[in-house]
Amino acid sequence: MINYDEQRIGELLRLLPAVPDGWVRAAQELPQARAELAAIVARAEEDAVFRAKVVADLEAALEAEGIDPIPSVVAALRVRLEQA
Amino acid sequence: MAETVTDAQLVARCRAGDQAAWNELVERFSRYVYAIAVQGFRLQGHDAEDVFQEVFARVYERLDRLRSDEAIRPWIAQLTRRLCIDRLRAGGRESPAELEETAGVDERLAALDDALTIRAGLDAVGDPCREILDRFFCQDESYKVIGEALDLPSGTIASRISRCLTKLRSELEGRS
Repeated sequence: MINYDEQRIGELLRLLPAVPDGWVRAAQELPQARAELAAIVARAEEDAVFRAKVVADLEAALEAEGIDPIPSVVAALRVRLEQA
Repeated sequence: MAETVTDAQLVARCRAGDQAAWNELVERFSRYVYAIAVQGFRLQGHDAEDVFQEVFARVYERLDRLRSDEAIRPWIAQLTRRLCIDRLRAGGRESPAELEETAGVDERLAALDDALTIRAGLDAVGDPCREILDRFFCQDESYKVIGEALDLPSGTIASRISRCLTKLRSELEGRS
């Protein structure tokens, strides 16, 4: 049971500061990023040269496609390519 | 009062591919995830950011596996906690057991859980109270800065904060 006196409410509100700029937006864009990853994987399945380029440097391939190569996206692409 | 969508309704809409619902879900839990990483487990910089993004990536991928839509909050908390521990372990820092026992992680996470309840109440109260209280308590802005931002006399900010806290308290007591 939370003690809802006003001082405690203030203390608790202070525990949840704003998230740094860009982090929330990046997470919100995840569905779109996943769709773009699917397009990269589909292209890699059809084009061996493109696939070799992507496998050689995942981060660079993502950047070339205009996708921010954050670790979770890179890991997702790696898994998708291994499964493809 | 602002109309609020329940966690379960939000999860159902996300599962149906509703981008606006996903945006709302990320917004609703972003401070919680961030606070668990930064305050609960003392992660900083890239470690905190990587965990933050990984949490939402896994939520997005595994939403279909959630057994109960109402359980999204404890699920996100547990997921964040596990990823923070993995990150600490990968960095060769304190052992997870040592960390949890000695650094009061459980107490900090319980407080963050209470804080999220307060935050949900604040969202239900809506603006202008949400903005005033957020600016004062979360962004640590002065009366003067808040007054300038909201085009209000700075001398009235203290009384507005007090009134908004009363309103928020009523909202929270209505929920318990």
